[in-house]
Amino acid sequence: MAILVDKNTRLLVQGITGHEGEFHSSQMLDYGTNLVAGVTPGKGGQSACDGRVPVFDTVREAVEATGADTSVVYVPARFAADAILEATDAGIGLVVCITEGIPVNDMIRVRAYVGQRGTRLVGPNCPGLLTPGQAKVGIMPGHIAAPGPVGVVSRSGTLTYEVVYALTLKGIGQTTCVGIGGDPIIGTRFVDCLELFEADPETEQVVLIGEIGGNDEEIAARFIHERMSKPVVAFIAGRTAPPGKRMGHAGAIIEGGAGTAAEKIAALEGVGVRVAEHPEQIADLVAATG
Amino acid sequence: MKLHEYQSKRVLAQYGVPIPDGDVATTPEEVRAIAERLGGPVVVKSQVLVGGRGKAGGIKVAKTPQEAQEVAARILALEIKGLPVRKVLVDQAADIRQEIYLGIVVDRAAARPVMMASSEGGVEIEEVARVSPEAIKKVHIDPFIGLRAYQTLWLAKGIGLEATHHRDFNRIARGLYEAFVASDASLAEINPLVVTGDGALLAVDGKMVLDDSGLYRHPDLAEKRDIDEETPTEREAREAGLSYVQLDGEIGCMVNGAGLAMATMDITKHYGGAPANFLDIGGGAKADRVAAALRLILADSNVRAVLFNIFGGITRCDEVARGILAALDEVKPSVPMIARLVGTNDEEGRRILDGSAYRMLTATTLAEAAQKAVAAARGELEA
Repeated sequence: MAILVDKNTRLLVQGITGHEGEFHSSQMLDYGTNLVAGVTPGKGGQSACDGRVPVFDTVREAVEATGADTSVVYVPARFAADAILEATDAGIGLVVCITEGIPVNDMIRVRAYVGQRGTRLVGPNCPGLLTPGQAKVGIMPGHIAAPGPVGVVSRSGTLTYEVVYALTLKGIGQTTCVGIGGDPIIGTRFVDCLELFEADPETEQVVLIGEIGGNDEEIAARFIHERMSKPVVAFIAGRTAPPGKRMGHAGAIIEGGAGTAAEKIAALEGVGVRVAEHPEQIADLVAATG
Repeated sequence: MKLHEYQSKRVLAQYGVPIPDGDVATTPEEVRAIAERLGGPVVVKSQVLVGGRGKAGGIKVAKTPQEAQEVAARILALEIKGLPVRKVLVDQAADIRQEIYLGIVVDRAAARPVMMASSEGGVEIEEVARVSPEAIKKVHIDPFIGLRAYQTLWLAKGIGLEATHHRDFNRIARGLYEAFVASDASLAEINPLVVTGDGALLAVDGKMVLDDSGLYRHPDLAEKRDIDEETPTEREAREAGLSYVQLDGEIGCMVNGAGLAMATMDITKHYGGAPANFLDIGGGAKADRVAAALRLILADSNVRAVLFNIFGGITRCDEVARGILAALDEVKPSVPMIARLVGTNDEEGRRILDGSAYRMLTATTLAEAAQKAVAAARGELEA
């Protein structure tokens, strides 16, 4: 078991003939992901990744021909909103959007539309999903992870890799690692993943990696208190971040005195979540519980 | 990207929001000419991209053109929160009977815009939210349905606005929302929206913050970027495709990834140091970008040590190591440097750094790297 993606996932790549798209598609194939199709308008009939993946003009054609049920989006920001909507309209159940820099106003409409259609969106501006040994959907490096009992959910990219790698080195594997993305408007949030991990019989513990900005960590704390039986270990990046300055991610900004690391840490600790002082401590806290 | 008050109000005016008659000036003489044209009392307002202009003496009323010229001379000599006042807005002074707040932001939790109104105008909304949250009335806006008249009526009644003003309020609220959407804004506010002595509504102050990701659609707005919004280094970073925020510590940090960059700053502080910056070199990290990043870090004279923390995922550590060396050849820093390269091809990366003419401390864990950086910055470690 795992959440969101596994060996049965039938993956489609939107933007497969782009530089990023083709590189990461090859990585996903090499990892053993069941990548069945690619889409690039105007390049239908060709193939990508040294002939390993057929390319279609539209998501609809790709779904009809290959039975793809999950899509990962690498198309540039200006076209990414359309790509997500197209996948949704073609009946794809899970869309993972890696693209960074989609305008917030576009994402507000996209998220509302996708939600109405019952499609799940992960991202945008996220590293994607990794179910060790089964499926890699996105850009997370496969070799840092190993199968095991810990679910990982994070707003970050390389910080996630750092934590996952530390877990793996300690002999602690993962069920699924989910990068939900660093934008203000994202499809899947902490609570959605916590709910999935809570329901997943193989997940025994959850690691939550948050950062400054917004109040998703506070909402997660409330959810953990009310709905979760599994232990959660957390880390919040940005204790030293100054207010009013955007720290890389569009969503990582302390505005009007809200969204500070201190508030988030207090909220999580208040419901019994152990919060690590620095990333390497996470694996120690997980090991102490496991 | 923030717009100045005068820019924001001009955008709002295009969407039917009434603003005072006025104009922008850069010299006291121009201010006098504008005041003469307007006639009657005027308000001279510094145009800087920070809050608290009034308290800093950056907003003054003048009864005559002569007085306007005098106050403008004083305001144009001010520096407010480190920003020089280069421009002032000269507005016809309004006869203010009542001040209200009206604004739109993106509500992240609800994933849609929320319009907020308060009877306590002229005060920062965060302050109202802290002191009397019940004074703020909110309506969420469906992106497909837009802002409806009944919603603006809820707000108007919610803040106790007299019925005679409801029609104008509705027009202004809908104009504000239109401007918000059409400009790809992440914030648009009128504070205060005033009821004048003759019963009209007037947007006396306006503020807009634009979503940088949407700017490509608005070249006209993008060119309004004020150079003072960023430090010269932040500007250079943006143009080099780097994400950089200058801080006041002594340990320069170069990291790939925003979350990891923040975590690196945090752990530096945890071990008793202070980060000099936030810097995300992004994915790939080619030599030229690494060089640009190193130049930025070393341009800060407070920097006593540089910490490289690279987690190679898709990014390969050997490539980054070559980038660092190329940068060092060009920049030739005199401060100690600590490199921690982990992940893809990390051994090769470390070997490249070890073999170079520059002596660099290496570390395997983040904690070790941070401790070494702190010690090096204090001069307790020799590279």
